[in-house]
Amino acid sequence: MKRYLWFPIVVAMVAGAIFHGCKNSGTTSAMASDDAAKTVYVPPGKHDEFYLFTSGGFNGQVGVYGLPSGRLFRVIPVFSVDAEKGYGFTEETKPLLQTSFGFIPWDDAHHPELSMSDGKPDGRWLFINANNTPRIGRIDLRTFRTAEIIEIPNSGGNHSSPFCTENTEYVVAGTRFSVPPGGQDVPISSYKEHFKGMLTFVRVEPTSGHMSLAFQIQAPPFDWDLSHSGKGPSHDWSFFSCYNSEQAYSLLEVNASQKDKDFILAVNWKKAEDYAKQGKGKRVKATYYNNRYDEATHTATSTVNNEVLVLDPKECPGMMYLMPCPKSPHGVDVDPTGEYIVGGGKLATVIPVYSFSKMQKAIADRAFAGEIDGIPIIKYEACLAGEVQKPGLGPLHTEFDGKGYAYTSMFVSSEIVKWKLGTWEVVDRVPTYYSIGHLCIPGGDSKQPWGKYVVALNKITKDRYLPTGPELTQSAQLYSIEGDKMKLLLDFPTVGEPHYAQACAAELLAKNSVRIFKLDENKHPYAVKAEKDARVERKGNEVHVYMTMIRSHFTPDNIEGVKVGDVVYFHVTNLEQDWDIPHGFAVQGAQNAEMLIMPGETQTLKWVPTRPGVYPFYCTDFCSALHQEMQGYVRVSAPGASVPISFGTGR
Amino acid sequence: MKHQRRGLLVFIALFAAMLSSGGCGGKNEDTHTAAKAETSASDIGVGPVTKVELSALDPQLAKKGKAVFEQKCTACHKLDERYVGPALKGVTQRRKPEWIMNMILNPSEMLEKDPTAKELLGTYLTPMTFQDVSKEQARAILEYFRQVDGAQ
Repeated sequence: MKRYLWFPIVVAMVAGAIFHGCKNSGTTSAMASDDAAKTVYVPPGKHDEFYLFTSGGFNGQVGVYGLPSGRLFRVIPVFSVDAEKGYGFTEETKPLLQTSFGFIPWDDAHHPELSMSDGKPDGRWLFINANNTPRIGRIDLRTFRTAEIIEIPNSGGNHSSPFCTENTEYVVAGTRFSVPPGGQDVPISSYKEHFKGMLTFVRVEPTSGHMSLAFQIQAPPFDWDLSHSGKGPSHDWSFFSCYNSEQAYSLLEVNASQKDKDFILAVNWKKAEDYAKQGKGKRVKATYYNNRYDEATHTATSTVNNEVLVLDPKECPGMMYLMPCPKSPHGVDVDPTGEYIVGGGKLATVIPVYSFSKMQKAIADRAFAGEIDGIPIIKYEACLAGEVQKPGLGPLHTEFDGKGYAYTSMFVSSEIVKWKLGTWEVVDRVPTYYSIGHLCIPGGDSKQPWGKYVVALNKITKDRYLPTGPELTQSAQLYSIEGDKMKLLLDFPTVGEPHYAQACAAELLAKNSVRIFKLDENKHPYAVKAEKDARVERKGNEVHVYMTMIRSHFTPDNIEGVKVGDVVYFHVTNLEQDWDIPHGFAVQGAQNAEMLIMPGETQTLKWVPTRPGVYPFYCTDFCSALHQEMQGYVRVSAPGASVPISFGTGR
Repeated sequence: MKHQRRGLLVFIALFAAMLSSGGCGGKNEDTHTAAKAETSASDIGVGPVTKVELSALDPQLAKKGKAVFEQKCTACHKLDERYVGPALKGVTQRRKPEWIMNMILNPSEMLEKDPTAKELLGTYLTPMTFQDVSKEQARAILEYFRQVDGAQ
């Protein structure tokens, strides 16, 4: 009986082998060649050539890796709390996650975007979108920490975001799910009448990086999927792809795949900016949060805004144009020259490439095929530069090597296809394991790609690693693109589900990396900069502990006089001024998390003891040979007890 | 059974070795400190300070040094008693002024290369850390130590 049970499994395995065999009949095998090991090997103590930033997808974070090694360096919490670091648990970081819906501890982060100057990554910031509760986060690349989060109102899913313009004048936020703006209570069946696909332009202040909502454009209720902005000749323009131009609101799998073509929307943001300045827009009530982390006070604060400027395309002629695009496009990607715009029609049989100069001419000639909601539709042929024929199945997303070639990910046929700009001919293809989503060439969406590697961000992992039960690691693959043929070099696991990644030369960031926070510049209101100033103060039922830590003791480390019913705030300052000497802090029964405190930093953990006793606290981050000794006690007495506040260390 | 017993013996031997090396700090002190202490008396250490000209005590500078010391050093050092690090009274008699300033300004390299500093780490085990002290501040701290040690 058992023998028979094995039979179908064996058949399945053989079939699988044949299937993979077919797949491998291309130029590269499933295995990297022997010499690949040499090219990705970074010897102990040596550094990688590139930083790779991957979005965490459903973990709401950003992964930081080195290339070519694929080694993970850091996970930056952005939209999700991180108990390990205390992010979203300390009093200082909680405001970063405030929204008009209250405190939101999680989100779905999709697209990391490096800030640009002159169309090239400049190493200042990394932006990333939150899809579920629409927001954009900004990470400071000197500290690799979240510096700001801004909420996007009137949006149902911030997916086509946060791609930036050539000099980071704006980052964009197009809604994937169209919704009735202003939270109207309307029947879902009134979709065509009431729903709007809002496209938001977020201004970025050039020195501070501070974000603010400049204006929103009320676009038709399509699903705005991805975006990229122009550069060089197309500097003034942003491009958005969409699916569901059918305007379906149920069973989109079928109902939003009816038409042969959807659209790429070209928005002249410069013109929109002018219209906004001229007062063309309407000020509309909308509540949204803007949360900023101040590096001097080590504290985030939230500002609530109540109004947004909305532009209606009907009243703003020349501001935007629709370019027909086959079929349900995902990626919309602009080549390094700024002339070609590539649509990744995931259900299409060709890859359409648009010409910016032809588009300009078509607008001048009014070569239109109609309009939607006051937005002219340019005739397909009038703006088309060419089509890549038979590229593969399910073209999704394209990046460029700066040497005249484009690389498109093919989800359905699970491969990367290399083709030539201008002739549109396919020159190479290589399988991915399995089902590639986006891909990433360092600087591959910029004016000056580092055309050395392409990273495949795969959706399915299956048998590539040791199994870990039903949930498997996500997987990325590194390919060399230096020669004529792409070459698989390395598989490496990733945290979360990277939807997209960006990479840049390590030298751009490494030299600016902050090592410590200077104690002299610490403006935290509860900072203690010398041990003699450490103390405990009672304010009603609040007990504030002004605590210091240095290898390897706390001051104070004995605290008495706390009572059940008190709310205790441990304001802990790390007095170290040496690189890589963080200390941790945890106290028994804390209902939030621990916190890690970097040299020179102050962070606060709230603790509400629920019963009398003596509770230890200790350092959670191994700091010295006497780390185990870095501990203390806090005594908690019953309500109404007469134990006075007292404290000390080394008594 | 035989294997087990041999394993146990190896374990005991290792444990004894660990104990003796654990006690090594003390042992090293016994055998080497005297010799090292002598050589270190002429030692200026490793770091940015190669020559300090000392003259009559500058009380103003000592006052500045005291403030910096209290701000940045007292978490680990007392004058009269061992704390995380050694008591600092008498340090200007034990060490060259250059050595003191280099230990303040360049502790990680000192702990790696300077025999006296290495010896101290063996005794105290918590490595001395750079506390973002400028060269001027280090000079002021030295002046404060001189004052504590009775320099005129």
